[in-house]
Amino acid sequence: MAKHATPLLDQLESGPWPSFVSDLKQQAAKRAKNAEKIDFQIPADVVDDLLGLLELSFVDGVTHWKHGGIVGVFGYGGGVIGRYCDQPEKFPGVAHFHTMRVSQPAGKFYTAEYLRQLCDLWDLRGSGITNMHGSTGDIIFLGTTTPQLEEVFFELTHKFNQDLGGSGSNLRTPADCIGQARCEYACYDTQNLCHTLTNEYQDELHRPAFPYKFKFKFDGCPNCCVASIARADMSFIGTWKDDIKIDQEAVQAYIGGEIAPNANDHNGRDWGKFDIQKEVIKLCPTACMWMEGGKLKIDTRECNRCMHCINVMPRALRIGDDRGLSILAGAKAPILDGAQMGSLLVPFIPAEEPYDEIKEVIESVWDWWMEEGKNRERLGELIKRQGFQKLLEVTGIEPMPQHVKEPRSNPYIFWKEEEVEGGWTRDITEYRKHHQR
Amino acid sequence: MAFISSGYNPDKPMENRITDIGPRKFDEFYPPVIAKNKGKWLYHEVLKPGVLVHVAESGDEIYTVRCGGARLMSTAHIREICDIAEKYCGGHLRFTTRNNIEFLLDKKDKVEPLIKDLESRKFDGGSFKFPVGGTGASITNIVHTQGWIHCHTPATDASGTVKATMDVLFDEFKQHRMPAKLRVSMACCLNMCGAVHCSDIAILGYHRKPPMLDHEYLDKMCEIPLAIAACPTAAIKPSKMDLPGGAKVNSVAVNDSRCMFCGNCYTMCPAMPLADKEGDGVVLMVGGKVSNRISTPKFSKVVVAFLPNEMPRWPEMTKTIRKIVDVYAASANKYERLGEWAERIGWERFFEKCELPFTHHLIDDFRDPAYYTWRQTTQFKF
Repeated sequence: MAKHATPLLDQLESGPWPSFVSDLKQQAAKRAKNAEKIDFQIPADVVDDLLGLLELSFVDGVTHWKHGGIVGVFGYGGGVIGRYCDQPEKFPGVAHFHTMRVSQPAGKFYTAEYLRQLCDLWDLRGSGITNMHGSTGDIIFLGTTTPQLEEVFFELTHKFNQDLGGSGSNLRTPADCIGQARCEYACYDTQNLCHTLTNEYQDELHRPAFPYKFKFKFDGCPNCCVASIARADMSFIGTWKDDIKIDQEAVQAYIGGEIAPNANDHNGRDWGKFDIQKEVIKLCPTACMWMEGGKLKIDTRECNRCMHCINVMPRALRIGDDRGLSILAGAKAPILDGAQMGSLLVPFIPAEEPYDEIKEVIESVWDWWMEEGKNRERLGELIKRQGFQKLLEVTGIEPMPQHVKEPRSNPYIFWKEEEVEGGWTRDITEYRKHHQR
Repeated sequence: MAFISSGYNPDKPMENRITDIGPRKFDEFYPPVIAKNKGKWLYHEVLKPGVLVHVAESGDEIYTVRCGGARLMSTAHIREICDIAEKYCGGHLRFTTRNNIEFLLDKKDKVEPLIKDLESRKFDGGSFKFPVGGTGASITNIVHTQGWIHCHTPATDASGTVKATMDVLFDEFKQHRMPAKLRVSMACCLNMCGAVHCSDIAILGYHRKPPMLDHEYLDKMCEIPLAIAACPTAAIKPSKMDLPGGAKVNSVAVNDSRCMFCGNCYTMCPAMPLADKEGDGVVLMVGGKVSNRISTPKFSKVVVAFLPNEMPRWPEMTKTIRKIVDVYAASANKYERLGEWAERIGWERFFEKCELPFTHHLIDDFRDPAYYTWRQTTQFKF
């Protein structure tokens, strides 16, 4: 028998998509039964009260969570988000219901053994409710009480060799795509760069010293499966400089219909016979491809590596061998000054260990942002406020046409005195000798 | 319950303290075939919705079975995932950036038994636990935020709107019949913890009433200068208020007509709540993407300024989304993303085809970028 009636939430149990309500109910029943005789360190009926509180929000049309309180683990300024319910008398099980962010392994690969260890810990010391995963990428432990925070952290670090992730005005837990682990498009090892930088910058991740949050995301190619270009203050997107490798026999196999286009992933309806002119050559954004003597030709210098042809014919076309990544800066969601996409800062940089060149760019950007950024100003907003030219200046990167979609359409250039022959100091008396008042 | 110590000593917090060790290293968790062939994959193929094969230079293959899941997940559910991974995959699994679960197999003959097993598992309420799909030209899982389950600033629920939407789009998760991939995202306020600003279809929670002011407590709960500085439109100024009891307190005043309901003040000052049953609801945005394929990445555009929160299943919202999906699927060219299609036919035609009303709310009036969204040409369609 459920502790609280949840007639509205119950309506979300039907329908084919996995029901979070059914899952919460199964967890509530499991804790009530407690077949494993776990000595729960927070109220056994925490999930019942979570369901009850959520039902109340469905009735009231508003949230019943208060602002976060200042809770955390000793020495860290991130990784824990305080959460208290505004109806603690009715729902004492969730009166304190803090979040802990657990830094996920790059690529989000797991073993059952490891996940079970985390489950054991979270069943004992928390609600047993998680997010797999949070929006930024962490494993999210949803709901425990203040006295359990240090205990969870102690067990994570001592037993599981596992740290917390970021929150607040610090480096947020970096995230990456599956990369070279299982993708032929990946131009660099996203997991290795993600893991290396996450460990290099643990201090920035755990101790808030920034004006606001800062995100890194790592995409192996311009398909951008982790959305770095839209979501990360610094996006690292794999690219290459040399020729797309062409297997002409496989091209013919696509043309002949022996291999389905786009890895067969449009096979749910009849799009007709594959037409390389219509589906590949004419859709190329730079028109740099053509057929000649039964062979597919690509003018590499004109290619902008959009990935379309490779996506359509993955068995015929492969990324080049001179690989590295592009760095874009300043993406963010709309709060406050409107949404921003990342702007291209470094067109090409090698992605080889120990990644010193990449770290140099990161640290020069941080030095500027920490010096000039206002409270709660994201990097993208600072770039807008002080100008992209300033970003180039602080990173020591030479301006080039690749940095812009088009040159400026106004001539209001802020010339610096040293750029102007003879400087700005002039003699008005000398001027008046030749020009009457 | 008796308190069980982990070994942590509150009197000596630094004793044996381990910090800054970061996450577990990714390669601890690689299946052997991935460890062996990393960086040497030749090509992949989608065998059917939810099933991928990747072929390496060595000739090795890895089969992936992808299934959907609610990202809000209990340990009971995770343990079930672990059991399945052990039964079929040597204990190996991963999650995707869109909250799907991927089971990784080294042999093709394990694929069908695994799928059969996954599709047979249902929750007591009747929904699938592990529906297989979400690859290629389908509508895959929705990335989303916390909503009413755990957040203090939402204007709608996240898990509820997502469940209702995925139920309506379920057939598209299971099939490859979209012109291109179609990404749906959900964020429960415009802080946008999920990247909904660049999604094919975005559901966004939005407030429409300015903050209430808890004058008696405002100066006690908040740093007034921070609350003032938090406002992007400078609608908040300091003020002195007379309380009914006669006391004079420092507080703030809000110029309501300048408020754009972002809630940033409430983030800084808990004495300025703005959530409201009638005021809050959802905005629908369409046409964004993050991929650089063919066209450059695009922001999503607001096409429905407001729909009310209709608990528990948001029928008006899901009906509108379904309509947009159907019109797009029927009209777009192969490989054409929703935003590319809308730009090709023109937004005037988009509204006509989707039978959506165009109101003044949809014309941008927020700062300089607004100008670039108006039409500076005589090229338009009647």
